[in-house]
Amino acid sequence: MRVPLLRLNAHTLIVPLHADVDDEGVLSFQSDLTERVAQDQVRGVVIDVSALDVVDSYMARVLNDTARMLRILGACVVVCGVQPAVALTLVEMGRNLVDVPTAFNLERALVRLERLIAATDAGDPLTGHLTGAPDEYAND
Amino acid sequence: MSTQTIELANSSDLLRARLAARALAKEIGLGVMDQTRFATAVSELSRNALVYASGGRCELRDLSDHAQIRLQAEVRDSGPGIDDLQQAMSDGFSTSGSLGAGLPGTQRLVDHFDIQSGTGGTVVCIQIVRRRRH
Repeated sequence: MRVPLLRLNAHTLIVPLHADVDDEGVLSFQSDLTERVAQDQVRGVVIDVSALDVVDSYMARVLNDTARMLRILGACVVVCGVQPAVALTLVEMGRNLVDVPTAFNLERALVRLERLIAATDAGDPLTGHLTGAPDEYAND
Repeated sequence: MSTQTIELANSSDLLRARLAARALAKEIGLGVMDQTRFATAVSELSRNALVYASGGRCELRDLSDHAQIRLQAEVRDSGPGIDDLQQAMSDGFSTSGSLGAGLPGTQRLVDHFDIQSGTGGTVVCIQIVRRRRH
């Protein structure tokens, strides 16, 4: 079963990962998503992991790598819906297993994504850093 | 006492091992955090067996008694073994391009962690132990 890539609007994709995705499924998700983002010039992607009740170090690496690939292409990424028990195991396992902007839920992820895109557009084209744009990390 | 054995031959077996681990943890009364720790640890070890030894076997055992809940997973493979166990158990070490959190990370999730590795393969045994609440 392939991971669906849902188009929200002209520049945003929503990707709900399902609980029973296996390693091959995860890799095809990664390549499907990067191809789609490049082809459609998608600006922002929300990866919804709320269905995942286990995120092991492999899955964490795939999420990090995918976010990095999408950023290289020019898109912004937010991961949403990390379950509390998953956050706990990731912290206990140690190291920065998930190094991606996150949000509680889809709604907040979309808000955060819009800010990230705005910040990227307003930022220094070389570093992507903010140059007087609103603080992306400010609370809602 | 019950034992479940899951043969690990491909990545769908990994899902089965993970699901069985969580189901057993839930059945014997562990909370959702411990269920997740155990399922995640089983996932890490089973993946190691698949990636480094092209397969193996996962045995889940309920060793609980009246005083405590004791849940064990033993993952064994007949792969080439780990050359340098100390290195494999140190943070940041990985030969397969993962983040190197596999074995030391797994150890931090559980209460007992035992690993033996030689030319005949690798056996990792983990346990989560909780005192029963009466």
